[in-house]
Amino acid sequence: METKLKGRSWKFGDDISTDLIAPGRLFHLRTNLPELAKHVLEDADPGFPSKVNKGDFVVGGSNFGLGSSRVHAPTIIKIAGVGAVLAKSFARIFYRNGINVGLPLLICDTDAIDEGDELDIDLSAGNIKDVTKGIEITFSPLPDVMIKILQDGGLAAHIEKHGDFNLD
Amino acid sequence: MGKTISEKIIGEHAGKEVSAGEIVIAKVDVTAVQDGTGPLAVQQLEKINLVQAKNPRRTIIFIDHAAPSPHKDLSNAHNILRRFSKETGAILSEIGEGVCHQRLVESHVDPGDILIGADSHTCTSGALGAFSTGMGSTDVAIGIALGKTWLRVPETFKINVTGKFNKGVYPKDLILYIIGKIGADGATYKALEFTGETIKNMSMSERFTLSNMAVEAGAKTGLIETDKTTKQYLEQQGRGEKFKVIKADDDAVYERVIEIDASELEPMISAPHTVDNTKTTGELKGTKVDQVFIGTCTNGRLDDLKIAASILEGKQRHHDTRLIVTPASRDIYLQALEAGYIATFIKAGAAVMAPGCGACVGVHQGILGDGEVCLATQNRNFKGRMGNTESLIYLSSPATAAASAIAGEIVDPREVL
Repeated sequence: METKLKGRSWKFGDDISTDLIAPGRLFHLRTNLPELAKHVLEDADPGFPSKVNKGDFVVGGSNFGLGSSRVHAPTIIKIAGVGAVLAKSFARIFYRNGINVGLPLLICDTDAIDEGDELDIDLSAGNIKDVTKGIEITFSPLPDVMIKILQDGGLAAHIEKHGDFNLD
Repeated sequence: MGKTISEKIIGEHAGKEVSAGEIVIAKVDVTAVQDGTGPLAVQQLEKINLVQAKNPRRTIIFIDHAAPSPHKDLSNAHNILRRFSKETGAILSEIGEGVCHQRLVESHVDPGDILIGADSHTCTSGALGAFSTGMGSTDVAIGIALGKTWLRVPETFKINVTGKFNKGVYPKDLILYIIGKIGADGATYKALEFTGETIKNMSMSERFTLSNMAVEAGAKTGLIETDKTTKQYLEQQGRGEKFKVIKADDDAVYERVIEIDASELEPMISAPHTVDNTKTTGELKGTKVDQVFIGTCTNGRLDDLKIAASILEGKQRHHDTRLIVTPASRDIYLQALEAGYIATFIKAGAAVMAPGCGACVGVHQGILGDGEVCLATQNRNFKGRMGNTESLIYLSSPATAAASAIAGEIVDPREVL
């Protein structure tokens, strides 16, 4: 997968729940992910689905993705073209789901990043350059297990490739 | 060095001794999906040509979130699950049978098991001494097909509860208090172990309410050691032989120990829009309520309905307040019918729904209007949770909910008990 990413920031606050990312009122679209993706995060920012461009970043605060186990949430963020989600912390199930669908999730201090900032991210070097601000932010590396799954393109692809878990 | 319950169960399933922080591949005993997460799990297995269930009789497919179906797309999604069940031999739990977490504890999960379910409240089964945790469709799909998963052995917070509840205070008030105290992300990646004399004196139903909400503090699971109450419950459910002693070692290592005196607690409410935004019922007294919802995997069991019925007996809902009651399973519904609780609810003006998740997940059977306020016994009050971002959700015990349905506003249940 691509390890150098470039795009602009879309800023969200703390506690962005899976209800705000992929609302229950659109339950009937869960088997139609491209259609559900047209509503991604609209309950947090109504214009987001039409404003976001391929390669942009979602930048949250703490406990991003809390709530339901719906893997639909990170999946539609990815379908919308988002290159990575940056947050101070992620809820556990969302974190696992994001990696499983091949969406990079970066844990870092997001306070200095504002909406619209241009970011250059190097996934393998572990750093984020906020080009607009002229600052550099580091992020915590993923556990090795997750890097292996992410590199294979997600968990289903990992199992397809190896026929079993191959995480040692 | 002593082991926590998580370390013991995961170690047994990984075939080696494990400690918190380690990442292991573990055998999985029970897997579960529901109609919101299951179709995607099936589609993922189809995509990688792995349509199979390693343990079909312990793979449970629930149709509970949109049941009966309110939309043709959901009817088609349900049929993906019915087909998968036929193809693999996995057990299908049809519309009306109940909410997955309630059905799992009633019939499928045993002490010492590992359960992974594609629903965040899978932690409910922790009250049976099972390591049960919510994951997404992808993880559970692989768990269904291969009978294993990867896990990080969690550190544990021990929550030691002593003292007796005052009148009008229930386990729901306790768990809301705990979440308010440690925060919605205070236990992320951790396991909780609920222990102490107050927990030992609780019924299984009350224990399920606690474990159910562990995830609302970010936790991976909410465990309770097994005892004679667990044994009696399993016997009632026809699987007494599955009882096993599951407990932590006396010298187990805990990341944090939290002491709570239950006798100091008051009726609690989570105010919009996060579960950790807790207040005492007194602080919110007088808040007008448009809809009261009693049910869910948190508080839709027989003793919850009993408390609500005792308050609503011979009374009427407030004319400006709707009342929806949804028993958590078919068994509970039947027992509540036989006990007369359902008649009490209907006479009090309630709409009684078939067992399922409907209103709580904002799919149907109780979606709120703009600006409306709901007081619910469920586990989540996030913005938009009940189908409308312009509405407000408060969470409480069944007693507070029932008393408030009569008053048309939030009241302290101790005023009517």
